[in-house]
Amino acid sequence: MKAWLQQHLAALVRAARRLTDSPLSTLLSILVIGIAMALPAAGYLCLDNLKTLGANSSRAQQMSLFMNTGASEKTRSDVEKRLEATLPDQWRFVSRDAALRQMEANEGMAEIVASLPRNPLPDAFILEPDNADPEHLETLRATLSAWPGVAHVQLDSAWIKRFDAFLRLGRLAVHLLAVIFAVGLIAVTFNTIRLQVLGQAEEIEVARLIGATDAFIRRPFCYSGVLQGALGGLTAALLLLAGTLALAPPVSRLAALYGGTFAPHGPSFLHSLALVASGAALGWLGAQLSVRLIRDQ
Amino acid sequence: MIVGSQICKRYPGGLEALKNVSFEIAGGEMALVGGHSGAGKTTLLKLLSAIERPTSGSLIVNGQNLVALRPAALPFLRRNLGLVFQDQKLLFDRSALENVLLPLEIIGLAPRDAQRRARAALDKVGLLTREKTNPIALSGGEQQRLAIARAVVNRPTILLADEPTANLDEESARQVLDLFIAFNQVRVTVIIATHAPQNLFPGMAVRVLTLNHGTLTP
Repeated sequence: MKAWLQQHLAALVRAARRLTDSPLSTLLSILVIGIAMALPAAGYLCLDNLKTLGANSSRAQQMSLFMNTGASEKTRSDVEKRLEATLPDQWRFVSRDAALRQMEANEGMAEIVASLPRNPLPDAFILEPDNADPEHLETLRATLSAWPGVAHVQLDSAWIKRFDAFLRLGRLAVHLLAVIFAVGLIAVTFNTIRLQVLGQAEEIEVARLIGATDAFIRRPFCYSGVLQGALGGLTAALLLLAGTLALAPPVSRLAALYGGTFAPHGPSFLHSLALVASGAALGWLGAQLSVRLIRDQ
Repeated sequence: MIVGSQICKRYPGGLEALKNVSFEIAGGEMALVGGHSGAGKTTLLKLLSAIERPTSGSLIVNGQNLVALRPAALPFLRRNLGLVFQDQKLLFDRSALENVLLPLEIIGLAPRDAQRRARAALDKVGLLTREKTNPIALSGGEQQRLAIARAVVNRPTILLADEPTANLDEESARQVLDLFIAFNQVRVTVIIATHAPQNLFPGMAVRVLTLNHGTLTP
């Protein structure tokens, strides 16, 4: 076991040495891998931020529950109790008088309101459910509509559905992009390792003649692929972090102009770790494909 | 012990390098494989080191029939063989010591033990003071001695050498041959392919297998 670990450690050291022996080409390879990984990861990060933005937007999850105009005080009280049980602290009551006053306050509406023989507006509840999932909101709307005394429940579902469809499409595009760039990353690693294998042909031949197994010969190349992929993943995470830091102030200012507060978040530690790990895995895969050449030599 | 029986080696294209070659070499023996250029000496050495396989016949080295040897078993067979080539096959991107360390890294010897054993091998061939030197800076004779150090560092039971003195001056050739004698004296089987076996060990009774157009002559 100790000898096995020592051989792996020695292979890792040899792989690192091979990378540092040609620093410029190693740096370029890592940069190419980093950029290839950063693009789909940036797309994912954008969608994640948009999702957060959508969830933060009150309009995205706001529903209006309108009572029948002739609903009694008791009916309204029943609805209040039910709402408190269903959506505790996620609703507020707007009386028909308050709604009329709000309407009256709007420019040009005062005369129209004054000309009305009576208040035509119903009592209403404004709901802001914590769970903004479109399917959940649709179910909630159907449930609330069936309550006694409720005339209509309005949900800006079209907007939410459009937003959700956009996010779904974006996610699909990001996944496709990730697959394309993953193939590209494997190709880059394959080519880099292939060149290393060709460059080390003499050493491979000598090692074979003095009793090296295929595994012994392949090991440093595989570690080389893993190191390049992992460093590429780290580069991608750093590029995303730098991009987020650069974009955060103007995005926040833009959000403030629309009366909101929003600061885009960069890659989390786990996200960065996933980038490094997937880079290492793809690098290993590219190296594995490339070292098949050794067997064919 | 090495036992070859009715060995034939035919290359693609029809060239028959060895024809029905049979021989026995006892453990600890020294044998020379002689013959003119193209007689089949190198082919025989390649068969003995399992670089190539016989087309027919059987070849038993260290109790293993090389004709039926699985590819996965080859590295382990070669670890018990020391190979010395005419062109040395040294690695010029590492030092003399690192060249000798390579077989020990392959068998997974602990670094400290490996260093000690590699230095002992370099000492044996008189190159300990040149351990940090790149092989390219060594003379032809020193390069050949370094190749021998690498071949014996794993303590092989059989040492195979293909024209080890071909490109060396007389003094360097003598030093190299003395090393082979020294290893043979500690019961290592030594087989040397050479085009001039009679000049190699003058005054010594060494068995010579002479090949002529792929067949062993009596």
